[in-house]
Amino acid sequence: MSAQDSLMVGMWATLRRELTLLWRRKSDSLNPLLFLLMVSSLFPLGVSPAPDVLALLSPGIIWVVALLACLLSTESMFRSDYDDGALELFLLNPQPLYFHILVKVLAHWLLTGIPLAVLSPIIALLLNLPTEAIPILVTSLVLGTAPLVFIGAIGAALTVGLRRGGVLLSLIVLPLYVPVLIFGADAVKRAAEGSPVPGQLAILAAFFMLSFALAPLAAAGALKISVDS
Amino acid sequence: MSTPLLQVDNFHCERDDRVLFRNVHFALNGGEILQVVGHNGCGKTTLLRSLSGLSTYANGNITWRGRQVSEVMPQYRREVLFHGHLAAVKHLLSPRENLRWFVDIFNSDGGDIDAALQAVGLFGYEDIPCGNLSAGQLRRVALARLLLSPAMLWVLDEPFTAIDVHGIAMLQEMLQQHIGKGGAVLLTSHQSIDVPEVRSLNLEMFK
Repeated sequence: MSAQDSLMVGMWATLRRELTLLWRRKSDSLNPLLFLLMVSSLFPLGVSPAPDVLALLSPGIIWVVALLACLLSTESMFRSDYDDGALELFLLNPQPLYFHILVKVLAHWLLTGIPLAVLSPIIALLLNLPTEAIPILVTSLVLGTAPLVFIGAIGAALTVGLRRGGVLLSLIVLPLYVPVLIFGADAVKRAAEGSPVPGQLAILAAFFMLSFALAPLAAAGALKISVDS
Repeated sequence: MSTPLLQVDNFHCERDDRVLFRNVHFALNGGEILQVVGHNGCGKTTLLRSLSGLSTYANGNITWRGRQVSEVMPQYRREVLFHGHLAAVKHLLSPRENLRWFVDIFNSDGGDIDAALQAVGLFGYEDIPCGNLSAGQLRRVALARLLLSPAMLWVLDEPFTAIDVHGIAMLQEMLQQHIGKGGAVLLTSHQSIDVPEVRSLNLEMFK
């Protein structure tokens, strides 16, 4: 078996394992969805039920809540592998750690980020977002949740060795989330006003590519340190 | 004499301002078992984890088949199997699924998972979630990895933990078969091992 073949076999095995694990521990992927649904439904009660006020606020609300939902789910990303020692196998196998982390985070995104984007039209209706902005909302969330999850992976990898790393994780990750939030929410806001938004989506796509390529590298380095301590 | 599989020189470890060991040196040939002994906290686990590449607390010169480990890292990773305190078994996956992943990421193709599970006494438990197994059975799932791995050197940290009398006999037989095939074993255990080829390395000699 050539090196490429064995790498593909290994990556595929990790992807299948992660998806199986996430599927069997459904609460991990359902929690962010419930969080999005519940928190969004509180805004009409807490701020104002007036349709025009909600329409104005909804792009920001949906994006902020989706961002927090992603943050909520990142802490558990490497936790169980750290606790039961599986992370040692990730580190010790002959293949580069980078590819395993890439696949692992990808699986995490497929079962948390994508469902958030799929659920978002319902939230949009709930918050009276103009219907013509809904396709842009879904697109921006598909593109935007990936950098959120991938950046979150760096924070999760850095803090996995700490017993109570939750606060530190937020402190590390939230500043890095800000650019994604700005362009994501702006895209939806502009779309609601009826303006074209190719620029914002292009920037989000650039974040997507950049985090996809680079975040696993940083997370892999952080995991080596976390296992060593 | 041919070059040893593993040659360790000038290995030292300082942790929390205490020297755990210094100038540790040994060579390990195929067909040998080296048991690292010493009191609790003398650095046995640190030594093993550092040799496997999981830890950087201990440093020194390691050669694998006569070459610096840093030069032959992928080969070293393939030929050395570390078995630590933690079983690294996922509770939500069955023993078969756990081992399938292991076989695929270590590319130890040709390993028969069902036969390995049978050999460690888990016949009939292949598809039960590992969360339903006992602590000893989880250790056995982890031990099945030894049978599936093509590694020449087994690095075992307290492999006898939580397994019963039959399990201990089984593991000793596995060790004997492994060295019979030219493999080598580096292990820590407070248990005396009933295999004639065992040498011991007392870490307390290297204070």
